[in-house]
Amino acid sequence: MSSFLRNLSPSHQVGLLFVMVFGLLIAASIAALVMSLRDDGDKEERTEDIRELSSLLNTSWIMCTVFWVGWALGDTVATLLFALVAFFALREFITLSPTRHGDHRSLLLAFFVVLPAQFWLVITERFDLVTVFIPVYVFLAIPVVSALANDPQRFLERNAKLQWGIMVCVYGMSHVPALLLLDFPDYSGKNAFLVFFLVFVVQTGMLVQHLAARRWPKPPTAPQVSQTFHWSSWLIGLAVGGFVGGLMSGLTPFKPAQAVAMALIACVAGSLGHLVMKALKRDRGITNWGNEGKSVTGASGLLDRVDALCFAAPVFFHSVRWYFDL
Amino acid sequence: MLARLMGLFLLGLIRALTGAQARWQGCPPKAEQRIYFANHQSHADLILIWAALPSELRSITRPIAAKDYWTKTPFKQWITTAVFNAIYVDRAKTGDQDPLEPLIDALQNGDSVILFPEGTRGNQEEPQAFKSGLYNLATRFPQVVLVPAWINNVQRVMPKGEVVPVPILCSVTFGAPIALGEGEDRSGFLLRARHAVMSLRDT
Repeated sequence: MSSFLRNLSPSHQVGLLFVMVFGLLIAASIAALVMSLRDDGDKEERTEDIRELSSLLNTSWIMCTVFWVGWALGDTVATLLFALVAFFALREFITLSPTRHGDHRSLLLAFFVVLPAQFWLVITERFDLVTVFIPVYVFLAIPVVSALANDPQRFLERNAKLQWGIMVCVYGMSHVPALLLLDFPDYSGKNAFLVFFLVFVVQTGMLVQHLAARRWPKPPTAPQVSQTFHWSSWLIGLAVGGFVGGLMSGLTPFKPAQAVAMALIACVAGSLGHLVMKALKRDRGITNWGNEGKSVTGASGLLDRVDALCFAAPVFFHSVRWYFDL
Repeated sequence: MLARLMGLFLLGLIRALTGAQARWQGCPPKAEQRIYFANHQSHADLILIWAALPSELRSITRPIAAKDYWTKTPFKQWITTAVFNAIYVDRAKTGDQDPLEPLIDALQNGDSVILFPEGTRGNQEEPQAFKSGLYNLATRFPQVVLVPAWINNVQRVMPKGEVVPVPILCSVTFGAPIALGEGEDRSGFLLRARHAVMSLRDT
Protein backbone atom coordinates (compact mmCIF):
# COMPACT_ATOMS: atom_id res chain seq x y z
CA MET A 1 0.00 0.00 0.00
CA SER A 2 2.61 2.52 1.08
CA SER A 3 4.97 1.61 -1.75
CA PHE A 4 2.07 2.02 -4.18
CA LEU A 5 1.52 5.52 -2.83
CA ARG A 6 5.21 6.35 -3.01
CA ASN A 7 5.36 5.31 -6.66
CA LEU A 8 2.58 7.68 -7.68
CA SER A 9 3.66 10.99 -9.16
CA PRO A 10 3.27 14.01 -6.82
CA SER A 11 0.26 15.32 -8.70
CA HIS A 12 -1.44 11.92 -8.46
CA GLN A 13 -0.78 11.86 -4.73
CA VAL A 14 -2.30 15.31 -4.28
CA GLY A 15 -5.24 14.33 -6.48
CA LEU A 16 -5.80 11.24 -4.34
CA LEU A 17 -5.76 13.43 -1.25
CA PHE A 18 -8.53 15.59 -2.72
CA VAL A 19 -10.58 12.49 -3.58
CA MET A 20 -10.27 11.38 0.05
CA VAL A 21 -11.13 14.80 1.47
CA PHE A 22 -14.17 15.23 -0.77
CA GLY A 23 -15.24 11.66 0.03
CA LEU A 24 -15.09 12.47 3.75
CA LEU A 25 -17.07 15.65 3.17
CA ILE A 26 -19.75 13.79 1.22
CA ALA A 27 -19.99 11.19 4.02
CA ALA A 28 -20.25 13.93 6.66
CA SER A 29 -22.88 15.82 4.67
CA ILE A 30 -24.98 12.67 4.24
CA ALA A 31 -24.66 11.96 7.97
CA ALA A 32 -25.74 15.51 8.77
CA LEU A 33 -28.69 15.19 6.42
CA VAL A 34 -29.81 11.94 8.05
CA MET A 35 -29.41 13.50 11.49
CA SER A 36 -31.56 16.48 10.51
CA LEU A 37 -34.27 14.15 9.13
CA ARG A 38 -34.41 12.01 12.26
CA ASP A 39 -37.21 13.11 14.52
CA ASP A 40 -36.53 12.94 18.24
CA GLY A 41 -38.76 15.55 19.77
CA ASP A 42 -38.04 19.21 19.24
CA LYS A 43 -35.09 19.71 21.51
CA GLU A 44 -33.91 23.27 21.11
CA GLU A 45 -30.30 22.43 21.87
CA ARG A 46 -30.18 19.65 19.29
CA THR A 47 -31.44 21.74 16.39
CA GLU A 48 -28.92 24.40 17.42
CA ASP A 49 -26.16 21.78 17.26
CA ILE A 50 -27.27 20.56 13.85
CA ARG A 51 -27.40 24.08 12.48
CA GLU A 52 -23.91 24.79 13.75
CA LEU A 53 -22.67 21.55 12.22
CA SER A 54 -24.21 22.24 8.84
CA SER A 55 -22.78 25.76 8.73
CA LEU A 56 -19.36 24.28 9.56
CA LEU A 57 -19.83 21.74 6.76
CA ASN A 58 -20.79 24.46 4.30
CA THR A 59 -17.61 26.39 5.05
CA SER A 60 -15.56 23.21 4.72
CA TRP A 61 -17.10 22.57 1.29
CA ILE A 62 -16.31 26.08 0.14
CA MET A 63 -12.77 26.05 1.51
CA CYS A 64 -12.01 22.62 0.01
CA THR A 65 -13.39 23.71 -3.35
CA VAL A 66 -11.25 26.85 -3.20
CA PHE A 67 -8.18 24.73 -2.43
CA TRP A 68 -9.02 22.29 -5.19
CA VAL A 69 -9.58 24.98 -7.82
CA GLY A 70 -6.39 26.68 -6.67
CA TRP A 71 -4.40 23.48 -6.95
CA ALA A 72 -5.87 22.50 -10.32
CA LEU A 73 -5.21 25.89 -11.89
CA GLY A 74 -1.72 26.45 -10.53
CA ASP A 75 0.01 28.46 -7.83
CA THR A 76 -0.71 31.88 -9.30
CA VAL A 77 -4.45 31.30 -9.46
CA ALA A 78 -4.35 29.84 -5.95
CA THR A 79 -2.60 32.97 -4.68
CA LEU A 80 -5.19 35.16 -6.38
CA LEU A 81 -7.98 33.17 -4.73
CA PHE A 82 -6.40 33.72 -1.34
CA ALA A 83 -6.08 37.42 -2.18
CA LEU A 84 -9.83 37.46 -2.79
CA VAL A 85 -10.47 35.77 0.57
CA ALA A 86 -8.20 38.34 2.24
CA PHE A 87 -10.14 41.14 0.53
CA PHE A 88 -13.49 39.89 1.82
CA ALA A 89 -12.08 39.26 5.31
CA LEU A 90 -10.61 42.77 5.49
CA ARG A 91 -13.92 44.20 4.27
CA GLU A 92 -15.69 42.49 7.18
CA PHE A 93 -13.07 43.68 9.65
CA ILE A 94 -13.22 47.33 8.51
CA THR A 95 -17.02 47.32 8.43
CA LEU A 96 -17.09 46.70 12.17
CA SER A 97 -14.34 49.15 13.10
CA PRO A 98 -15.67 52.69 13.14
CA THR A 99 -13.74 54.89 10.71
CA ARG A 100 -13.88 58.60 10.10
CA HIS A 101 -13.76 60.69 6.97
CA GLY A 102 -10.03 61.22 7.49
CA ASP A 103 -9.40 57.48 7.17
CA HIS A 104 -10.69 57.34 3.64
CA ARG A 105 -7.31 57.61 1.89
CA SER A 106 -5.68 55.16 4.31
CA LEU A 107 -8.45 52.67 3.64
CA LEU A 108 -7.96 53.06 -0.09
CA LEU A 109 -4.26 52.46 0.43
CA ALA A 110 -4.98 49.32 2.45
CA PHE A 111 -7.44 47.78 0.01
CA PHE A 112 -6.09 48.81 -3.36
CA VAL A 113 -2.34 49.16 -2.84
CA VAL A 114 -1.20 47.15 0.19
CA LEU A 115 -3.33 44.07 -0.47
CA PRO A 116 -2.40 43.64 -4.16
CA ALA A 117 1.24 44.49 -3.43
CA GLN A 118 1.52 41.89 -0.68
CA PHE A 119 0.08 39.11 -2.85
CA TRP A 120 2.20 40.22 -5.80
CA LEU A 121 5.27 39.82 -3.56
CA VAL A 122 4.06 36.30 -2.78
CA ILE A 123 3.57 35.41 -6.45
CA THR A 124 7.02 36.69 -7.33
CA GLU A 125 8.46 34.71 -4.36
CA ARG A 126 10.18 37.67 -2.67
CA PHE A 127 9.77 36.01 0.70
CA ASP A 128 12.09 38.32 2.63
CA LEU A 129 9.92 41.24 1.59
CA VAL A 130 6.70 39.31 2.17
CA THR A 131 7.54 39.00 5.87
CA VAL A 132 8.56 42.63 6.42
CA PHE A 133 6.52 44.67 3.92
CA ILE A 134 3.44 45.11 6.13
CA PRO A 135 4.96 45.14 9.64
CA VAL A 136 7.69 47.62 8.67
CA TYR A 137 6.80 49.71 5.63
CA VAL A 138 3.01 49.78 5.71
CA PHE A 139 3.22 50.35 9.47
CA LEU A 140 4.73 53.73 8.65
CA ALA A 141 2.83 54.50 5.45
CA ILE A 142 -0.70 54.19 6.87
CA PRO A 143 -0.32 56.76 9.70
CA VAL A 144 1.46 59.15 7.34
CA VAL A 145 -1.51 59.13 4.98
CA SER A 146 -3.85 59.49 7.96
CA ALA A 147 -1.86 62.40 9.36
CA LEU A 148 -2.04 64.19 6.02
CA ALA A 149 -5.83 63.94 6.26
CA ASN A 150 -5.61 66.48 9.09
CA ASP A 151 -7.81 64.75 11.65
CA PRO A 152 -6.12 64.09 15.01
CA GLN A 153 -9.20 62.78 16.79
CA ARG A 154 -8.60 59.26 18.19
CA PHE A 155 -5.64 59.10 15.80
CA LEU A 156 -3.74 56.26 17.43
CA GLU A 157 -6.84 54.16 17.92
CA ARG A 158 -7.98 54.49 14.31
CA ASN A 159 -4.57 53.72 12.87
CA ALA A 160 -3.99 50.83 15.23
CA LYS A 161 -7.28 49.28 14.17
CA LEU A 162 -6.47 49.62 10.51
CA GLN A 163 -2.96 48.23 10.93
CA TRP A 164 -4.41 45.33 12.91
CA GLY A 165 -6.95 44.57 10.22
CA ILE A 166 -4.23 44.54 7.57
CA MET A 167 -1.98 42.35 9.71
CA VAL A 168 -4.64 39.74 10.37
CA CYS A 169 -6.48 39.66 7.06
CA VAL A 170 -3.81 40.48 4.50
CA TYR A 171 -0.51 39.57 6.11
CA GLY A 172 -1.80 36.40 7.76
CA MET A 173 -3.75 35.19 4.77
CA SER A 174 -0.90 35.87 2.32
CA HIS A 175 1.31 33.36 4.13
CA VAL A 176 -0.95 30.47 3.20
CA PRO A 177 -0.25 30.66 -0.56
CA ALA A 178 3.37 31.54 0.27
CA LEU A 179 3.66 27.96 1.60
CA LEU A 180 2.78 26.72 -1.88
CA LEU A 181 5.83 28.45 -3.29
CA LEU A 182 8.45 27.42 -0.72
CA ASP A 183 11.26 25.46 -2.32
CA PHE A 184 11.98 22.34 -0.28
CA PRO A 185 14.66 19.99 -1.65
CA ASP A 186 13.05 16.79 -3.06
CA TYR A 187 9.56 18.10 -2.46
CA SER A 188 8.61 19.87 -5.69
CA GLY A 189 4.97 19.59 -6.74
CA LYS A 190 3.93 18.46 -3.28
CA ASN A 191 3.65 21.84 -1.51
CA ALA A 192 -0.15 21.52 -1.55
CA PHE A 193 0.36 18.90 1.19
CA LEU A 194 2.02 21.52 3.35
CA VAL A 195 -1.02 23.80 3.12
CA PHE A 196 -3.27 20.81 3.78
CA PHE A 197 -1.13 19.87 6.79
CA LEU A 198 -1.40 23.38 8.23
CA VAL A 199 -5.15 23.72 7.68
CA PHE A 200 -5.90 20.21 8.87
CA VAL A 201 -3.92 20.29 12.12
CA VAL A 202 -5.20 23.77 13.03
CA GLN A 203 -8.82 22.83 12.32
CA THR A 204 -8.48 19.50 14.13
CA GLY A 205 -6.99 21.25 17.16
CA MET A 206 -9.81 23.81 17.20
CA LEU A 207 -12.50 21.18 16.76
CA VAL A 208 -11.13 18.93 19.52
CA GLN A 209 -10.79 21.91 21.83
CA HIS A 210 -14.42 22.82 21.12
CA LEU A 211 -15.65 19.26 21.72
CA ALA A 212 -13.55 18.86 24.87
CA ALA A 213 -14.95 22.11 26.28
CA ARG A 214 -18.43 20.72 25.64
CA ARG A 215 -17.75 17.27 27.05
CA TRP A 216 -16.07 18.46 30.25
CA PRO A 217 -17.45 21.90 31.01
CA LYS A 218 -15.23 23.94 33.34
CA PRO A 219 -15.42 27.55 34.49
CA PRO A 220 -13.91 29.52 31.59
CA THR A 221 -10.48 31.11 32.05
CA ALA A 222 -11.55 34.46 30.61
CA PRO A 223 -15.35 34.52 30.85
CA GLN A 224 -15.63 38.10 29.59
CA VAL A 225 -13.97 37.08 26.35
CA SER A 226 -14.92 33.47 25.75
CA GLN A 227 -17.47 31.29 27.47
CA THR A 228 -15.74 28.08 26.41
CA PHE A 229 -11.99 28.72 26.55
CA HIS A 230 -10.22 26.80 29.31
CA TRP A 231 -6.58 25.78 29.57
CA SER A 232 -7.41 22.07 30.00
CA SER A 233 -9.57 21.81 26.86
CA TRP A 234 -7.00 23.93 25.07
CA LEU A 235 -4.24 21.46 26.05
CA ILE A 236 -6.37 18.51 24.86
CA GLY A 237 -6.90 20.21 21.50
CA LEU A 238 -3.20 20.96 21.29
CA ALA A 239 -2.22 17.35 22.08
CA VAL A 240 -4.58 15.91 19.48
CA GLY A 241 -3.47 18.48 16.90
CA GLY A 242 0.18 17.63 17.51
CA PHE A 243 -0.53 13.91 17.36
CA VAL A 244 -2.42 14.24 14.07
CA GLY A 245 0.48 16.30 12.76
CA GLY A 246 2.87 13.49 13.68
CA LEU A 247 0.68 10.94 11.87
CA MET A 248 0.71 13.13 8.78
CA SER A 249 4.49 13.54 8.71
CA GLY A 250 4.67 11.24 5.67
CA LEU A 251 2.88 13.86 3.64
CA THR A 252 5.28 16.60 4.63
CA PRO A 253 9.00 17.23 4.21
CA PHE A 254 9.33 16.86 8.01
CA LYS A 255 10.51 13.91 10.11
CA PRO A 256 7.83 12.73 12.61
CA ALA A 257 9.26 14.68 15.56
CA GLN A 258 9.62 17.81 13.43
CA ALA A 259 6.06 17.36 12.18
CA VAL A 260 4.74 17.18 15.76
CA ALA A 261 6.65 20.33 16.69
CA MET A 262 5.41 22.20 13.59
CA ALA A 263 1.84 21.08 14.23
CA LEU A 264 2.08 22.26 17.86
CA ILE A 265 3.40 25.65 16.78
CA ALA A 266 0.55 26.05 14.27
CA CYS A 267 -2.08 24.92 16.80
CA VAL A 268 -0.85 27.26 19.54
CA ALA A 269 -0.79 30.24 17.16
CA GLY A 270 -4.15 29.39 15.62
CA SER A 271 -6.14 28.70 18.79
CA LEU A 272 -4.74 31.66 20.72
CA GLY A 273 -5.25 33.91 17.68
CA HIS A 274 -8.86 32.78 17.60
CA LEU A 275 -9.17 33.76 21.27
CA VAL A 276 -7.71 37.20 20.53
CA MET A 277 -10.21 37.70 17.72
CA LYS A 278 -12.98 36.77 20.15
CA ALA A 279 -11.83 39.54 22.48
CA LEU A 280 -11.90 41.94 19.54
CA LYS A 281 -15.44 40.92 18.68
CA ARG A 282 -16.57 41.34 22.28
CA ASP A 283 -15.12 44.84 22.20
CA ARG A 284 -17.31 45.60 19.19
CA GLY A 285 -20.29 44.09 21.02
CA ILE A 286 -20.88 41.17 18.69
CA THR A 287 -20.52 37.41 19.06
CA ASN A 288 -19.30 36.76 15.57
CA TRP A 289 -18.45 38.80 12.50
CA GLY A 290 -21.38 37.45 10.54
CA ASN A 291 -24.10 37.17 13.19
CA GLU A 292 -25.94 34.72 10.90
CA GLY A 293 -27.01 37.35 8.40
CA LYS A 294 -28.97 39.20 11.06
CA SER A 295 -26.50 42.03 11.53
CA VAL A 296 -27.04 45.40 9.92
CA THR A 297 -23.69 45.10 8.21
CA GLY A 298 -24.65 42.06 6.18
CA ALA A 299 -21.30 40.41 6.90
CA SER A 300 -21.25 36.70 6.11
CA GLY A 301 -18.89 35.59 8.86
CA LEU A 302 -15.95 34.65 6.64
CA LEU A 303 -13.54 36.08 9.18
CA ASP A 304 -14.92 33.76 11.89
CA ARG A 305 -13.80 30.80 9.83
CA VAL A 306 -10.39 31.93 8.72
CA ASP A 307 -9.08 33.87 11.73
CA ALA A 308 -7.25 30.89 13.26
CA LEU A 309 -5.56 30.24 9.92
CA CYS A 310 -4.58 33.91 9.62
CA PHE A 311 -2.68 33.72 12.90
CA ALA A 312 -1.20 30.27 12.35
CA ALA A 313 0.07 30.76 8.80
CA PRO A 314 2.72 33.48 9.36
CA VAL A 315 4.14 31.75 12.44
CA PHE A 316 4.17 28.38 10.69
CA PHE A 317 5.71 29.85 7.56
CA HIS A 318 8.43 31.62 9.48
CA SER A 319 9.31 28.57 11.61
CA VAL A 320 9.53 26.35 8.56
CA ARG A 321 11.67 28.81 6.66
CA TRP A 322 13.94 29.54 9.56
CA TYR A 323 14.41 25.94 10.73
CA PHE A 324 15.01 24.48 7.28
CA ASP A 325 16.98 27.51 6.16
CA LEU A 326 15.03 27.99 2.93
CA MET B 1 -27.27 46.83 -24.94
CA LEU B 2 -24.52 49.09 -23.63
CA ALA B 3 -26.82 50.15 -20.81
CA ARG B 4 -27.49 46.51 -19.89
CA LEU B 5 -23.77 45.76 -19.78
CA MET B 6 -23.13 48.87 -17.73
CA GLY B 7 -25.92 47.79 -15.37
CA LEU B 8 -24.38 44.36 -14.92
CA PHE B 9 -20.93 45.85 -14.41
CA LEU B 10 -22.22 48.29 -11.79
CA LEU B 11 -24.09 45.52 -9.99
CA GLY B 12 -20.95 43.38 -9.84
CA LEU B 13 -18.85 46.30 -8.68
CA ILE B 14 -21.31 47.30 -5.96
CA ARG B 15 -21.70 43.74 -4.71
CA ALA B 16 -17.91 43.33 -4.53
CA LEU B 17 -17.44 46.60 -2.69
CA THR B 18 -20.44 46.73 -0.38
CA GLY B 19 -22.33 43.45 -0.54
CA ALA B 20 -25.48 45.56 -1.17
CA GLN B 21 -27.51 43.25 1.00
CA ALA B 22 -31.27 43.73 1.13
CA ARG B 23 -33.02 42.83 4.38
CA TRP B 24 -36.76 42.58 3.91
CA GLN B 25 -37.93 42.81 7.50
CA GLY B 26 -41.36 44.43 7.42
CA CYS B 27 -42.53 43.30 4.00
CA PRO B 28 -41.53 40.87 1.24
CA PRO B 29 -40.19 42.10 -2.11
CA LYS B 30 -43.38 42.25 -4.13
CA ALA B 31 -44.33 43.66 -7.52
CA GLU B 32 -46.99 46.09 -6.28
CA GLN B 33 -46.83 49.82 -6.77
CA ARG B 34 -44.72 51.26 -3.97
CA ILE B 35 -42.97 54.38 -2.79
CA TYR B 36 -39.74 53.45 -1.05
CA PHE B 37 -38.48 56.27 1.15
CA ALA B 38 -35.04 56.21 2.76
CA ASN B 39 -32.39 58.23 4.58
CA HIS B 40 -29.96 60.10 2.35
CA GLN B 41 -26.27 60.47 3.15
CA SER B 42 -24.40 60.02 -0.10
CA HIS B 43 -24.92 60.11 -3.84
CA ALA B 44 -24.21 56.40 -3.77
CA ASP B 45 -27.51 55.84 -1.89
CA LEU B 46 -29.32 55.84 -5.19
CA ILE B 47 -27.06 53.17 -6.65
CA LEU B 48 -27.06 51.04 -3.52
CA ILE B 49 -30.82 50.84 -3.12
CA TRP B 50 -31.09 50.14 -6.85
CA ALA B 51 -28.62 47.27 -6.49
CA ALA B 52 -30.32 45.89 -3.40
CA LEU B 53 -33.68 45.41 -5.13
CA PRO B 54 -34.25 42.07 -6.88
CA SER B 55 -33.96 42.38 -10.66
CA GLU B 56 -37.71 41.91 -11.24
CA LEU B 57 -38.47 44.92 -9.09
CA ARG B 58 -35.55 46.95 -10.39
CA SER B 59 -37.19 47.23 -13.81
CA ILE B 60 -40.41 48.70 -12.43
CA THR B 61 -38.85 50.92 -9.76
CA ARG B 62 -37.53 54.35 -10.65
CA PRO B 63 -35.14 56.21 -8.33
CA ILE B 64 -35.21 59.96 -8.01
CA ALA B 65 -32.07 61.84 -8.92
CA ALA B 66 -31.20 65.44 -8.18
CA LYS B 67 -31.15 67.18 -11.55
CA ASP B 68 -28.28 69.55 -10.84
CA TYR B 69 -25.87 66.78 -9.77
CA TRP B 70 -26.82 63.90 -12.04
CA THR B 71 -27.03 65.87 -15.29
CA LYS B 72 -23.73 67.69 -14.79
CA THR B 73 -21.79 65.51 -17.22
CA PRO B 74 -23.07 63.52 -20.22
CA PHE B 75 -21.86 60.31 -18.56
CA LYS B 76 -23.81 60.92 -15.34
CA GLN B 77 -26.86 61.80 -17.36
CA TRP B 78 -26.54 58.68 -19.50
CA ILE B 79 -26.13 56.43 -16.42
CA THR B 80 -29.16 57.86 -14.65
CA THR B 81 -31.43 57.69 -17.69
CA ALA B 82 -30.28 54.56 -19.49
CA VAL B 83 -29.20 52.37 -16.57
CA PHE B 84 -31.22 53.52 -13.55
CA ASN B 85 -34.21 54.90 -15.48
CA ALA B 86 -34.23 57.70 -12.93
CA ILE B 87 -36.66 60.60 -12.55
CA TYR B 88 -34.98 64.00 -12.35
CA VAL B 89 -36.16 66.40 -9.72
CA ASP B 90 -35.20 70.05 -9.65
CA ARG B 91 -33.99 70.92 -6.19
CA ALA B 92 -33.83 74.64 -6.91
CA LYS B 93 -37.41 75.76 -7.29
CA THR B 94 -37.86 77.70 -10.53
CA GLY B 95 -41.01 79.75 -10.99
CA ASP B 96 -44.29 78.17 -10.07
CA GLN B 97 -43.56 74.76 -11.55
CA ASP B 98 -44.36 71.91 -9.15
CA PRO B 99 -41.12 70.01 -8.44
CA LEU B 100 -43.16 66.86 -7.83
CA GLU B 101 -44.59 66.82 -11.32
CA PRO B 102 -42.20 64.26 -12.84
CA LEU B 103 -42.88 62.00 -9.85
CA ILE B 104 -46.62 62.29 -10.28
CA ASP B 105 -46.26 61.35 -13.94
CA ALA B 106 -44.27 58.25 -13.04
CA LEU B 107 -46.74 57.16 -10.37
CA GLN B 108 -49.63 57.67 -12.76
CA ASN B 109 -47.85 55.35 -15.20
CA GLY B 110 -47.85 52.66 -12.51
CA ASP B 111 -44.13 52.75 -11.70
CA SER B 112 -42.76 52.44 -8.18
CA VAL B 113 -40.41 55.19 -7.03
CA ILE B 114 -37.51 55.57 -4.61
CA LEU B 115 -37.63 58.82 -2.67
CA PHE B 116 -35.23 60.55 -0.29
CA PRO B 117 -37.63 62.80 1.67
CA GLU B 118 -34.80 64.74 3.36
CA GLY B 119 -34.22 66.46 0.05
CA THR B 120 -30.48 66.85 0.51
CA ARG B 121 -27.74 64.65 1.84
CA GLY B 122 -27.23 64.84 5.57
CA ASN B 123 -23.97 64.20 7.34
CA GLN B 124 -25.38 63.66 10.81
CA GLU B 125 -26.16 60.37 12.49
CA GLU B 126 -29.90 61.03 12.30
CA PRO B 127 -31.78 61.99 9.16
CA GLN B 128 -32.94 65.59 8.84
CA ALA B 129 -36.61 66.53 8.98
CA PHE B 130 -38.60 65.15 6.07
CA LYS B 131 -39.92 67.51 3.42
CA SER B 132 -43.55 67.55 2.52
CA GLY B 133 -43.20 65.81 -0.87
CA LEU B 134 -43.84 62.41 0.67
CA TYR B 135 -47.03 63.67 2.31
CA ASN B 136 -48.29 65.22 -0.91
CA LEU B 137 -47.71 62.03 -2.85
CA ALA B 138 -49.35 59.94 -0.15
CA THR B 139 -52.50 62.06 -0.23
CA ARG B 140 -52.59 62.04 -4.00
CA PHE B 141 -51.96 58.29 -4.42
CA PRO B 142 -53.57 56.58 -1.42
CA GLN B 143 -53.43 53.15 -3.11
CA VAL B 144 -49.61 53.17 -3.38
CA VAL B 145 -47.83 51.28 -0.58
CA LEU B 146 -45.31 53.37 1.41
CA VAL B 147 -42.25 51.32 2.40
CA PRO B 148 -39.62 52.84 4.74
CA ALA B 149 -35.98 51.85 4.19
CA TRP B 150 -32.76 52.42 6.10
CA ILE B 151 -29.52 52.55 4.15
CA ASN B 152 -26.63 51.64 6.39
CA ASN B 153 -22.96 52.64 6.09
CA VAL B 154 -22.92 54.19 2.61
CA GLN B 155 -21.43 57.46 3.82
CA ARG B 156 -18.36 55.48 4.88
CA VAL B 157 -17.96 53.97 1.43
CA MET B 158 -17.83 57.35 -0.27
CA PRO B 159 -17.78 60.37 2.05
CA LYS B 160 -18.62 63.81 0.67
CA GLY B 161 -15.90 65.01 -1.65
CA GLU B 162 -14.17 61.68 -2.31
CA VAL B 163 -14.25 59.91 -5.66
CA VAL B 164 -12.87 56.41 -5.09
CA PRO B 165 -15.10 54.13 -3.01
CA VAL B 166 -13.73 52.02 -0.15
CA PRO B 167 -14.98 48.43 0.30
CA ILE B 168 -17.25 48.42 3.35
CA LEU B 169 -20.33 46.25 3.80
CA CYS B 170 -23.63 48.07 3.43
CA SER B 171 -27.21 46.96 3.74
CA VAL B 172 -30.68 48.25 2.99
CA THR B 173 -33.37 47.35 5.51
CA PHE B 174 -36.98 47.51 4.31
CA GLY B 175 -39.55 47.98 7.07
CA ALA B 176 -43.28 47.46 7.46
CA PRO B 177 -45.36 49.71 5.17
CA ILE B 178 -47.01 52.76 6.69
CA ALA B 179 -50.17 54.47 5.48
CA LEU B 180 -51.58 57.95 5.78
CA GLY B 181 -54.15 57.91 8.58
CA GLU B 182 -57.68 59.27 8.27
CA GLY B 183 -57.40 63.05 8.63
CA GLU B 184 -53.75 62.86 9.71
CA ASP B 185 -52.02 66.21 9.39
CA ARG B 186 -48.85 66.82 7.42
CA SER B 187 -46.31 67.31 10.20
CA GLY B 188 -47.61 64.35 12.20
CA PHE B 189 -47.36 62.07 9.22
CA LEU B 190 -43.87 63.27 8.27
CA LEU B 191 -42.63 62.73 11.84
CA ARG B 192 -44.11 59.25 11.84
CA ALA B 193 -42.47 58.48 8.47
CA ARG B 194 -39.10 59.71 9.69
CA HIS B 195 -39.48 57.63 12.80
CA ALA B 196 -40.33 54.54 10.71
CA VAL B 197 -37.06 54.98 8.80
CA MET B 198 -34.99 55.57 11.93
CA SER B 199 -36.45 52.60 13.78
CA LEU B 200 -34.91 50.30 11.17
CA ARG B 201 -31.42 51.39 12.09
CA ASP B 202 -30.89 49.01 14.99
CA THR B 203 -32.82 45.95 13.90
